Amino acid sequence: MKALVPTVIVLTVLSAVPLLVHSNVTLNFLVVALMIALAGQGWNILGGYGGQYSFGHAAFFGTGAYVTAILQARYGINAWVGFAAGIAAGAALGAVLGAITFRSGLRGSYFALVTLAFAEVLRIIASVAVITGAGVGTLIKLDLGVRTLQFQSRAAYYWIILALVGVSLVTAQLIERSRFGVWLIAVRENEDAAKALGVDANNVKLTAMIMSAAITAAAGCFYAQYFLFVDSGIAFGTWISIQALLTPIIGGVGTVFGPLLGALVVKSLGEAAKLLAGDAPGLDLIIYGAVLVLVIWFAPRGLMGGLTRARKLVMRRTGQAASPTAEVRHG
Amino acid sequence: MLSPAILIPAILNGLLIGAIYALVALGLTLIYGVLHIINFAHGALLSAALFAAFFAFRLLGLDPYLAVFLLAPIFFALGYALQRFIIGPASHGDDRNMLLATLGIAVIIENALLYAFRADTRTIDVAYAFQTIDIGSTFLAVPRVVGFVGAFAVAIVLWLIMTFTDTGRAIRAVAKEKLGAELAGIDVAHVYALTFGLGTACVAIAACLLLPSYYVNPSVGDAFVLVAFTIVVLGGMGSVPGALIGALLIGVAESLSGLFLGESLGQIGIFLIFIVVLLVRPSGLFGARA
Repeated sequence: MKALVPTVIVLTVLSAVPLLVHSNVTLNFLVVALMIALAGQGWNILGGYGGQYSFGHAAFFGTGAYVTAILQARYGINAWVGFAAGIAAGAALGAVLGAITFRSGLRGSYFALVTLAFAEVLRIIASVAVITGAGVGTLIKLDLGVRTLQFQSRAAYYWIILALVGVSLVTAQLIERSRFGVWLIAVRENEDAAKALGVDANNVKLTAMIMSAAITAAAGCFYAQYFLFVDSGIAFGTWISIQALLTPIIGGVGTVFGPLLGALVVKSLGEAAKLLAGDAPGLDLIIYGAVLVLVIWFAPRGLMGGLTRARKLVMRRTGQAASPTAEVRHG
Repeated sequence: MLSPAILIPAILNGLLIGAIYALVALGLTLIYGVLHIINFAHGALLSAALFAAFFAFRLLGLDPYLAVFLLAPIFFALGYALQRFIIGPASHGDDRNMLLATLGIAVIIENALLYAFRADTRTIDVAYAFQTIDIGSTFLAVPRVVGFVGAFAVAIVLWLIMTFTDTGRAIRAVAKEKLGAELAGIDVAHVYALTFGLGTACVAIAACLLLPSYYVNPSVGDAFVLVAFTIVVLGGMGSVPGALIGALLIGVAESLSGLFLGESLGQIGIFLIFIVVLLVRPSGLFGARA
C-alpha cells in the first residue's frame, strides 16, 4: 500500500484545484488534459508496459464515445448505463482485436499496422452508417442533471474525469506491483525468452489489451458526455490515436505518472500554438508530430526518465546510493 | 448485374488502378524488405508528391508525365535525407522508435499540407484526361493506361537496379544479413537511406501518373496507404513480385466490390481481405517470413 502514497498525494492536490481556480477556460483546459491523460494511460498499459505499440487507439476511444452517445440519443438509455456500456464495448473490441492479432502472432510493425487500419475502417463505417448519424454525427440532447450526467459547472466534470484518471493511475500502480505486471514487462523486453520461461505471452498481451481498451474507451465516453457531440472524425480520428501514444512517450513510457505529465505538456503546447498562430487547422498536429520525433530522438525515456536521472545525480552528489528499485523499474 | 458487359470493364479498370497501387506498394515493400519496418509516412509522402506535381503543373505548366523526371530525383533526395538525417538518428537503432519516427513524420507532412493548402480538393485539366481507348467492347481512360504502362516500366527498372548494379547488390545484402553486410564493408546507414529514397521516388512517380485522372487534397494519401498496406501484406512483406500481383488482385477486388457495394464501402472490402490474409496467412502469398 505504501506504493500508492504518491498517487494519493497527486490526486488530493489535483482535486483541490477547482476550489482555487474558478476560470472556466483554465478548468476546460485541465478537463481536456485529464481526458487525454486517461486515453494515454490506456495506451501506456499495452504500449508502455507491454511493448505493443498501437497506432490506432482511436478505435477504442471512438467506440466508447459512440456507444455512450448512441444509446442515449437513439434509445433513450440512462447516461450512466450508456457510460458503462461504452467502456464495456471498448473492452470487448479490445478483446476481439487482441484475439485476432495476437493469435496470428502479429508483432511490431504488423501490430501497429492492424490497429491503425482498424481505427481507419471504423472511421469510414461511422461516416456512412445510419446508426452513427453518418456525416452529421450524433448529438446528445442537453438535459442537465445527475441522472443524465450533464452539469452546468466545469468543476463537476473535472472531478469526474479526475476520478477516472485516479482509477487508471491505481490500475497502473497495481499492475507494476503484480505478477501480471512482471510477465507483461518480460514480454516487452523479450517475448521469446518470456515464453521459454513459461509465460503465456498471448494471454498476458490479451489481458493488457482489454484493460488498455477499456481505459481509453472511458476517455471516449467522457468526451461524448462533456461535449455532447460525436462525429466520425472526432471519434476515430488521427488526433486521438496520436495523443494517446504521444502523452506516455513524452511523459515516460511504462511509468505510472508518465501519461498524466505528458498530457499536461501536450495540451500546453497545443494551447501555446493557438495563441501564437491562431486556430489554424492542422497546426497542433504538426507540433505533436515534431515533438514525437524530437522526444524519441533526444529523450527516449521521456520526462519521467529525465527526472529519475536527475534524482540519481543529486543522490550521487550527496553521497547516497541510488535506490535499487528505480534501476529495476526502468531497466 | 453480372453481365459481361459490366464485369469486363470493371475488371480491366481494376487492373489499371491496381498498377498504380503496385507502384505505391513497391516503395513500401522495398523499405520493409530492407529496414524491416513499415514506413507509416508513405501515404503522407504520396500526398506531398501529388501536391508537388499539382503545383508543377499550375505554376510551371509542367505536364505531370514530364514532371516525373523532375520529381522522382527530388523525392529520392528527400527520402534519402529523411532516413539518413532524421529517422535513423532519432530511432537509435530501435524498431519501435523507427515506427514512431515515421508516424511522427507522416503527421507533420499531412498537417503541414492541411495548414498550407486547407482541406480543399484540387484537380488539374489536361487535354487527355477524358480521352479513351476503344478495345472492342470496352473503353479505357488514356491516363489510366499510361499509368499502367508506367508502373510496369518502373517495376522493371527497379528490378534491373536490384539485380545488376552494385547498389542493388548492397541493398539485397543488407536486407539478408545486416551484420554480415556491415563486416563486408557496406555502409548500412547509407544503404538504408538509399532504400528509403528509392521507395519515396516510387511514390513520386505514382503521384505523377495518378494526377491526370485523380484529385489532390492533404489526406488523399491515406486512401492509398491502407490499400498499399493490404497489398504488401497480401503479397508478402518485402516481396516485389508479391506486391505487383497483390496490387492487381486488390485493384480488381476494389473495382468489383465498388460495383456491388458502392464507392465508400469498396474500401471495407479491401479491409476484409486484409484481416483474412493476416489471420490465415500472415506471411502473405509470396512471403517466406512472418
